[in-house]
Amino acid sequence: MASELTNPQLQKLNHLAQYTGLSLAIIAVWQVLSHLGYLNPVLLPPPSRIAQTFWELFKSGDLPRHIGISIIRVLEGFTIAAVLGLGLGIVIGLSRTMDRLTGLIIQVVKPIPPIAWIPLAILWFGIGEKSKVYIIFLGAFFPIIINTIDGIRQTDHKFVEVARLLAVPRFKFVFQVVLPGALPAIMTGVRVGLMVAWICVVAAELIAASSGIGYLIMDARELSQSDVVLVGMITIGVIGKVMDGLIKLLEKRIITWKIAFSGN
Amino acid sequence: MNAATAASRLVIEGLNKNYKINGGEITALQGIDLAIREGEFVSIVGSSGCGKSTLLRIIAGLENGYSGDVRIGGRRISGPGLDRGMVFQEHRLIPWLTVEKNVAFGLNGLENDKRDTVVREHLDLVGLAGFSKALPHQLSGGMSQRVAIARALVNNPQLLLLDEPFGALDALTKIQLQQEILRIWEMERTTMVLVTHDIDEAIYLGDRVVVMSNRPGTIKKIVPVHLQRPRDRSSYDFVQIRKEIFAEFFAEAEKPFAYAI
Ligand SMILES: Nc1ncnc2c1ncn2[C@@H]1O[C@H](COP(=O)(O)OP(=O)(O)OP(=O)(O)O)[C@@H](O)[C@H]1O
Ligand SMILES: [Mg+2]
Repeated sequence: MASELTNPQLQKLNHLAQYTGLSLAIIAVWQVLSHLGYLNPVLLPPPSRIAQTFWELFKSGDLPRHIGISIIRVLEGFTIAAVLGLGLGIVIGLSRTMDRLTGLIIQVVKPIPPIAWIPLAILWFGIGEKSKVYIIFLGAFFPIIINTIDGIRQTDHKFVEVARLLAVPRFKFVFQVVLPGALPAIMTGVRVGLMVAWICVVAAELIAASSGIGYLIMDARELSQSDVVLVGMITIGVIGKVMDGLIKLLEKRIITWKIAFSGN
Repeated sequence: MNAATAASRLVIEGLNKNYKINGGEITALQGIDLAIREGEFVSIVGSSGCGKSTLLRIIAGLENGYSGDVRIGGRRISGPGLDRGMVFQEHRLIPWLTVEKNVAFGLNGLENDKRDTVVREHLDLVGLAGFSKALPHQLSGGMSQRVAIARALVNNPQLLLLDEPFGALDALTKIQLQQEILRIWEMERTTMVLVTHDIDEAIYLGDRVVVMSNRPGTIKKIVPVHLQRPRDRSSYDFVQIRKEIFAEFFAEAEKPFAYAI
């Protein structure tokens, strides 16, 4: 059996089939069940209907507009979180004193879900852009700062010894050993941070917004347009996956020395 | 300092080292006395856990809290210094730095072109001139260890400490690197202290072979090797010395029976 798939192109095709197979099967079963009348189209419209609605929303420019607005919000909040999270994470990671000073407050604030901040955010910043960007910032900030600190703390003790033996100055040690060594953890933090940011923008828009993907879903719910709700949900999922893929690609570009285990 | 001889003479007297483990204490080294001449090549053999690495780490200045005296050129060792270099069993190259950057890692306070020259010289010394831009994961085990040796030598230390540097290599690569370290030793006249579990290696390289015993780690015997270099591992004298050292190990293995009687 395996010998039939020695051709590398065939093998690629086979992997693609494995990758997409389950999703396609679910869609097919869903479509068939809808067609046979087992699924109430008001509660769960068939994939064909969702595709049609998607195309209409796309053509009218509504969907791209909502997507664009949501993405801009995410990028704003995420950028602030990345700058502050990396900066503070490096400072705290390198200094035991800073760690003791900030440790408690970070540990206590971290578990508060960004959504729980929404009432305060609206009080402080109103229902405009600022409150949403603040919620997104909160979501992305903690994964980035925590992973940055952890990455720095995990600096291999063996390299610390080598640096001591060679009397390597501290700044050189930080830039040539500590930060590059922390990069995989930092990239994980950035990836998780972006993902949480994307989840948070939708949550923030569900509460108070007049645009964005979250708003699109909320608005459709009030009008009982379950097909539009599903278009919004699937769009969120697909964009999240694309963002994750882009960061992974960036990671591969940056971290060339790492030969990670990639499964068998 | 009028004489480099005095400056690099290593003297260890009454050295004890304890480690705390779960509230208890274990004695890693007890009553070690050893003097090493400048330019000498000393091998240390002993079974696993007898404190060989601990001894090297103390000389390197990586361990503090020992009792007794460890002095180089009359100064008590209280921390690492550029007068001593060390090569570990694992090469400890920094994975994201190229070979030349790894070697330059220990070179500080030199202008760029001077630094490049020194790095090139040391890569030449270990025979890796063509690999300066390679990353550690692109090197074989033997090549990695050569880079580690170049890095340890880059500040021209008077004393090079080698902790089982060839332990993980195959037999042929090992012999090749043994010859290379001899060549470097003869060229640079660096004092060498080599820890190994390979008795042949110890005899092939050392002016003296220090045999250590286990629990607590003490020096059991010091065997001088008065053989011309390059040494023939199958010569009569070589084999006699090997027998003598083997006998020390067997004597130790039989000790428990003696107590049982
Ligand atoms: N950091 C440490 N903390 C506690 N005990 C230690 C520590 N380092 C070494 N020891 C103990 O000291 C003893 C000597 O260890 P050492 O590493 O020097 O042995 P070794 O002769 O180098 O052994 P091997 O040939 O296996 O490398 C061992 O019993 C070990 O458990
Ligand atoms: Mg050891």
